[in-house]
Amino acid sequence: MGGRNNKRRQHMPLPLEIEKITGKATKAVYDKMKHDQVRSLKQKTAALKQNSAAKAASTGTKRAAPAQTQSPAGQKRQKQQPQSSGKDAKKQKPAVVAEADSDEDEDASMVVEDGPDGGWDNAPLESDSEVADSDDSLDEFDSANEEDDEAASEDEGEDDDDVVTQKPLSLLSDESDDEEDSDASEADSNDEGVESYDEFSTDGEDDGEEPITFRNMEKRSRKLDAQREEDEEMADMELKDQDQAADGEREAFELPSSEQVEAEKEAPLDLTQVQMRIQEIVRVLNNFSELRRPQHSRNDYMDQLKRDMCFYYGYNEFLMDKLLQLFTVSEAVEFFEANEVARPVTIRTNTLKTRRRDLAQALINRGVNLDPIGKWTKVGLTIFDSPVPVGATPEYMAGHYMIQAASSFLPVMALGPQENEKVLDMSAAPGGKTTYCAALMKNTGMMVANDANKEREKALVANIHRLGVSNAVVCNYDGREFPKVMGGFDRVLLDAPCSGTGVISKDASVKTNKGPEDFGMLTHLQKELILSAIDSTNADSATGGYIVYSTCSVTVDEDEAVVNYALSKRPNVKLVETGLDFGRPGFTRFRGQTFHNSLSLTRRFYPHAHNMDGFFVAKFKKLSNKIQVGDKQIVPAGSGAKLKQKKKH
Amino acid sequence: MRPLTDDETKVFFEKLTKYIGRNIVHLIDRPDEPYCFRLQKDRVYYVSESIMRKTTAIGRQNLISLGVCFGKFTKTGKFRMHITALPSLAQYAKYKVWVKPNGEMPFLYGNHVVKAHIGRVTEDMPEHQGVVIFNMADVPLGFGVSARSTVDMRKVDPTGIAVFHQSDNGEYLREEDALF
Repeated sequence: MGGRNNKRRQHMPLPLEIEKITGKATKAVYDKMKHDQVRSLKQKTAALKQNSAAKAASTGTKRAAPAQTQSPAGQKRQKQQPQSSGKDAKKQKPAVVAEADSDEDEDASMVVEDGPDGGWDNAPLESDSEVADSDDSLDEFDSANEEDDEAASEDEGEDDDDVVTQKPLSLLSDESDDEEDSDASEADSNDEGVESYDEFSTDGEDDGEEPITFRNMEKRSRKLDAQREEDEEMADMELKDQDQAADGEREAFELPSSEQVEAEKEAPLDLTQVQMRIQEIVRVLNNFSELRRPQHSRNDYMDQLKRDMCFYYGYNEFLMDKLLQLFTVSEAVEFFEANEVARPVTIRTNTLKTRRRDLAQALINRGVNLDPIGKWTKVGLTIFDSPVPVGATPEYMAGHYMIQAASSFLPVMALGPQENEKVLDMSAAPGGKTTYCAALMKNTGMMVANDANKEREKALVANIHRLGVSNAVVCNYDGREFPKVMGGFDRVLLDAPCSGTGVISKDASVKTNKGPEDFGMLTHLQKELILSAIDSTNADSATGGYIVYSTCSVTVDEDEAVVNYALSKRPNVKLVETGLDFGRPGFTRFRGQTFHNSLSLTRRFYPHAHNMDGFFVAKFKKLSNKIQVGDKQIVPAGSGAKLKQKKKH
Repeated sequence: MRPLTDDETKVFFEKLTKYIGRNIVHLIDRPDEPYCFRLQKDRVYYVSESIMRKTTAIGRQNLISLGVCFGKFTKTGKFRMHITALPSLAQYAKYKVWVKPNGEMPFLYGNHVVKAHIGRVTEDMPEHQGVVIFNMADVPLGFGVSARSTVDMRKVDPTGIAVFHQSDNGEYLREEDALF
């Protein structure tokens, strides 16, 4: 404590030093000294008040007690005297220490306060005079308080005795004592308040300069705030100091030898040990040059970390590799930890049937504890807890809301469908995004909801009907057939089938059952789908011509790589801003791969950073229905141009 | 997907008339857009003509649903209204019954409406007519058939059935597989 304060003190020359240097007490020094004094006095009084309050609470007896118990205890009181004074001394000690501390703090805090709070002290004259006056007053009631204190502690000691010697009597009197005590203490505090108030008010009259004003009060409270901040800062510093000290102590971390690793394969360590080791390795990797063992390379540490994390979190090595590539080591640990915790349940208000305020009110009446998801959406609510199943309330059955992950709002918000447009949702089930689109279109235009899985279509149709969507057509095609089935859409939403690495908290089976061959298959499918989504869009649309590609996966193979592939294969599209003001920009280069620069316009969302499922959103604008390849112009089937020809027939 | 045949139209409209009477006209002659009824795999869908035209591009095997499903024809040629028709029925219903909050959940679990739960009833409701059931906040919950006329209902004891249950919002959860 002292050491740190000394360190801080060095930043600011002591007033006396300044005086030595300059040879005279400057105005600034004078001000500072005054401030310091007042500050320390205030702290002193605060400490004393706390002390006395604590005493009142703990002993439950005070000045009133002796009057009642006087006759039997009168003589003992005399005997008690020296002992109690000893106690007094003890009791005073902490206060004194606090004082000294606070004095030091003051010096440090002045540095802080002179900076940002300077504006509040821009009337140094006024505050000075006030300070000077209040000084005395504070001194006065301070000493008075100390006397009180002494008296109180005296009583305390004596009362302790009473309790021992005269149990029945003190038991009887205890309650009344208590009351009186609390009264007394209240009166005390009142007295203080009044006293100080008087002092200040008379000051105002005397000097005609500093009456108590609102401004004045605010300044004072600011000072207090600044002080509190200071304290917190110090606490932080202390923690850090401790950490550093601990770092120094824990220095000796050794990687397990290869024999040990082999042995662990036979008989695995228990989880806490593995977790400890993960933490150790992360610590070493974060400060590699200092904490490493020279005989081990970074790879050795990484390998061990991978092994341990695979074991601890239960991922297969392939997926662990993929995910570790995305993040720094410590962030990866956060990510894995976040995957172990379920995301909050979120619902989306169906604006076709109700308003969010009404819905919230109706649910609150059912005892549901909820809050808006965030500022970025006007229709989302987070459910904290609910005495009734949220998926079976009368409101749910009446289609007033949809249980929908916060992340799946994002692609629809990025797509931004307008009224009277023709919109395609390529993989729609179970219909959260589709119905959100329809709600944004206010049931006008046409919403085509496609899904390749016939079983999941049932839920899709049910949700569409339950939410009162009447402009939807549901069909069951493979998305890749799309430009041939129907084209010329104003907007297309492709929420591609993916490995689901962003939703591990929902479906933990992803951890183990996704291998390289799955990724190969999925990325291939995603690339085919994104091309058909682009080809189904009509670039000549007056209002639209947009495609949104989203996945609930965080791996680059399924996100940036697919988007980059689409950009290279279809030069007639470009990436545009998603319109989502949070999330991290997509990678433009990743482990030797370089992607198109505009990929920074895409958005990534992580469970540990945004408290929603891992998600990726990219928004394209289609510029033309023709693709320029060399000298030839190719018109892919299904885009708007072809559709117009069809219509002529 | 095809338009209804004359027989089908007759059966369907007879059924619909029980709930909304002559208001069927309003379903078809709408101020915004012409709407029509289309049959797809036994089910009757209510859809705007513009959407219907665009939907012709989708093959019969692949088309799952369009617009709003009103119900389906049974194998014996009768028509069964589905809960999905509720928004349209509620809008044009001739006879309405409002149930009190304590009667809401029993109805949504598929029970008949008993007299004790009734908060309000349309005047002059005859016996065995299609009625739409609302809660007191005017949210449609389902529909059914009146067991008694409004006049007779006054005489029934509180546990007597007032409206026979046909369909309710709870079916979205209970019968998702059968409905769609």
